Amino acid sequence: MNARHRPAAPLALMAELTHRCPLQCPYCSNPLELLKVAQERDTEFWLNLIGEAADLGVLQIHFSGGEPTLRPDLAALIAHATARGMYANLITSAVLLNEDKLQALADAGLGHVQISIQGADPATADRIGNYKNGHAKKLEIARLVPKLGMSLTINAVVHRQNLDQLPAMIGLAESLSADRLEVAHVQYHGWALRNRAALIPTREAFEAADAIVAERRAALRGKMVIDYVVPDYYAAKPKTCMGGWGQKLLNVTPDGRVLPCHAADSIPGLEFERAGLSPLKEIWEQGRAFETFRGTGWMQEPCASCALKEVDWGGCRCQALSLAGNAAATDPVCHLSPRHEEIQRLAESESRADHREFIYRRL
Amino acid sequence: MMVAAAITRDSVPVLRRGVRRQFDRTRNCAILMAPERVIVLDEIADAIIESFKPAATVSDIAAGLATRFRAPAQEIEEDVIAFIRELNDKGLIVL
Ligand code: SF4
Ligand code: SF4
Repeated sequence: MNARHRPAAPLALMAELTHRCPLQCPYCSNPLELLKVAQERDTEFWLNLIGEAADLGVLQIHFSGGEPTLRPDLAALIAHATARGMYANLITSAVLLNEDKLQALADAGLGHVQISIQGADPATADRIGNYKNGHAKKLEIARLVPKLGMSLTINAVVHRQNLDQLPAMIGLAESLSADRLEVAHVQYHGWALRNRAALIPTREAFEAADAIVAERRAALRGKMVIDYVVPDYYAAKPKTCMGGWGQKLLNVTPDGRVLPCHAADSIPGLEFERAGLSPLKEIWEQGRAFETFRGTGWMQEPCASCALKEVDWGGCRCQALSLAGNAAATDPVCHLSPRHEEIQRLAESESRADHREFIYRRL
Repeated sequence: MMVAAAITRDSVPVLRRGVRRQFDRTRNCAILMAPERVIVLDEIADAIIESFKPAATVSDIAAGLATRFRAPAQEIEEDVIAFIRELNDKGLIVL
């Protein structure tokens, strides 16, 4: 095993306030077993957690879900995080917001609002999110965000059924005065994994998208930043998932369990401590789930003797599980994984499938 | 391809909405907090950002820092421009 030393303080806390969501995106990364409202934690729980996270050194808090604006205590939680010196980010579908509610969040200290779009036009977007008039509502709220002095990110999740709209989505983000656009290819966890055959783009479409992003990014320098999340299955190198397991980020589920990553739940055998029952500091430093894949001691070959093992930390554990059947294996996205070619063949064949139907996410 | 906005001695940089400068007591350093990002600032970077004021140009900022750090104005101005360019590329300021 690797030498035990105390991990550095975490930088970010992902607070999944609820799994409830008015949309039903088929690429949602929430787990298939969604938590119900009765399992959610109360305001006091989250206030205490925010205090503990601030004491630990967390600087950024991401309010997410599900749809975090379903929680009536959201403004109070933002105010508390801000008072404790954290930077508050909101990840939202925006369809439940209005000007008064948004103003209240801005007054509480919210710095950044990230709004997802499902396409460039209402018909496509509302079909994918399975929510009527959602697209129009999103645009209305997005326009207000910069006016209220907050930073706006438009998050465009792209896949086979909307990738042809990429140039239009970039144009839309510009017209909304977004500070940043995140073009994110679907990551195949949770509901997205179940819908993979309806979502995965062809390699040719992916390469065309790549070129479009590169060109627009250069043209928009200094005006709008474009961040790009590539589709894992067509990459040759794995992502540094979560900045390394248990190194930067804590994720707290609606029922109060502390995870090293939002998809960690999918790994059988990992047990997660509950915030409020043990101190957050202890969970971060010694929690079993955090220790299991922290550092490099758990690695198998080819990771164990690879020069990049402290660069990408062996990729994503959840993906290693879902694609290689073993969470401690090398992420099959890596070209050194014995499963790599098999995965690429699978991606290419699914991408050509004549499969358009979605299994919509539901509680 | 478009050319990046030129940064000159007369540019007036300000932090973009949603970007804040503060001190991190846990890690004992100055930081810039931005959407989903934390940027650690060294002493000079922190001093440059501290000098952002409405109507303060790059050359005003450089002159102030040259006095404060007793350094040649020319050199400081080059450092300031390079740093401002970096912040602009990252979308952290507006000019
Ligand atoms: S991905 Fe869609 S369904 Fe899932 S939480 Fe976000 S908006 Fe809701
Ligand atoms: S073998 Fe492991 S450590 Fe090396 S590049 Fe691949 S995933 Fe990263």
